[in-house]
Amino acid sequence: MHDFFFNTLVGHVLLVMGETLAVLVPVLMLMAYSTYFERKALGAFQLRRGPNRVGPFGLTQPFADAVKLLFKETIIPAGANRLLFLMAPAITFVLACMAWAVIPTFDGGAVADINVGILYLFAISSLGVYGIVVAGWASNSKYAFLGALRSAAQMISYEVSIGFVLVCVILCAGSLNLNDIVRAQKNLWYCVPLFPMFVVFLVSMLAETNRAPFDLPEGESEIVAGFFVEYSSMAFGLFFLGEYTNMLLMSALASILFLGGWQAPFGLSFIPGVVWLLLKICMFMFFYFWVRATFPRYRYDQLMRLGWKVFLPLSLGWVVVTAGFLEVFHMLPGESM
Amino acid sequence: MHLVLANYFPVLVFLAIALGIGGAMVGGSMLVARQMPYAEKVSAYECGFEAFGDARRRFDVRFYLVAILFIIFDLEVAFLFPWAISLGRIGLFGFFSMLAFLGVLTVGFIYEWCKGALEWE
Repeated sequence: MHDFFFNTLVGHVLLVMGETLAVLVPVLMLMAYSTYFERKALGAFQLRRGPNRVGPFGLTQPFADAVKLLFKETIIPAGANRLLFLMAPAITFVLACMAWAVIPTFDGGAVADINVGILYLFAISSLGVYGIVVAGWASNSKYAFLGALRSAAQMISYEVSIGFVLVCVILCAGSLNLNDIVRAQKNLWYCVPLFPMFVVFLVSMLAETNRAPFDLPEGESEIVAGFFVEYSSMAFGLFFLGEYTNMLLMSALASILFLGGWQAPFGLSFIPGVVWLLLKICMFMFFYFWVRATFPRYRYDQLMRLGWKVFLPLSLGWVVVTAGFLEVFHMLPGESM
Repeated sequence: MHLVLANYFPVLVFLAIALGIGGAMVGGSMLVARQMPYAEKVSAYECGFEAFGDARRRFDVRFYLVAILFIIFDLEVAFLFPWAISLGRIGLFGFFSMLAFLGVLTVGFIYEWCKGALEWE
């Protein structure tokens, strides 16, 4: 049995497919329940009950929503470019899923444990803009077009600061491999020495996933829903899936970069790493919902000012400070003393 | 060579499975749901008005400017990645070389700031 899976080609392909499903199925389930959790949390913040009709405590609500979306008509606008119109949600969803290939769930446990893990994630999240721009352009609707432009400008603005934050982390860890980065945090999580970058990353990840208070691309009071205004049925569903999967991904990335990924805190290592990673991801998801319930939406000029005039100089400066500090105190990883 | 590529094989599997899930969801919905398009339903949404004009028209040049700035700074980040990995081996010389490079970029950044390229009213 062992020989079959590790020494033959067919066995290897089956093994990898199994591993892929073992990651994707929980991620999609987590995504489905994060919509439920979000509605429950928002309900609690506003002294409401949230969904409580479908199943006990409304627990089957996500599936009811999915089935309802499935039986809705897929409307393709007359002026739209049909092929691109249907491709856009697929791009968003596929990219959001593909990024999970490199996320380590326990020590050494990433489906694709590649050496350039961070670079891969950075590339995938850059490609995410395409789904949105293509959707806005292919819909041939003014709201969709404006929403796509806004969204693209916002995402690339905050991507720059995220890039500098990543550089700070790999300066400390000395590797682009996500498992190595987690291992380097064995004694001290990076949210302590790199605290300002942790804050920058937290805010940037809200902007990167177009979430409140930076949800201007879909600002319902001005451009109704932004880039997906023309989408209906499962095509809309894929955008929705993509957005929440991306939120989970950014939460996972934040846990890996700053909260020690699968490392257990306080020496509680008898609980497996994957549980700790899940707990950290859930914590960041709750942060998303908490922020959404607390802060009003930003104005577009404020958003761009925060990205370019505050976060960019701050994170760029912090890269120099971190590098200088490590250089002066000879704390660089891989340094020959 | 073979082993390096083998590391990336799961990425392809992820791509295939995600495409399969996405395609099945959209395709399945198109199969089971009744499709009844008519002229008003498939016209572009414009808050109840009849859609006028085409959406592919001129837009604010600042979006373009942001994209160009992004390319510059993203390239800078791309240069920083290998530098950050090897900083322990290239020592002070490497550190100050990158500092000079960042200095040049910072001058450019200050220039565009003063020129008002980052202003949105």
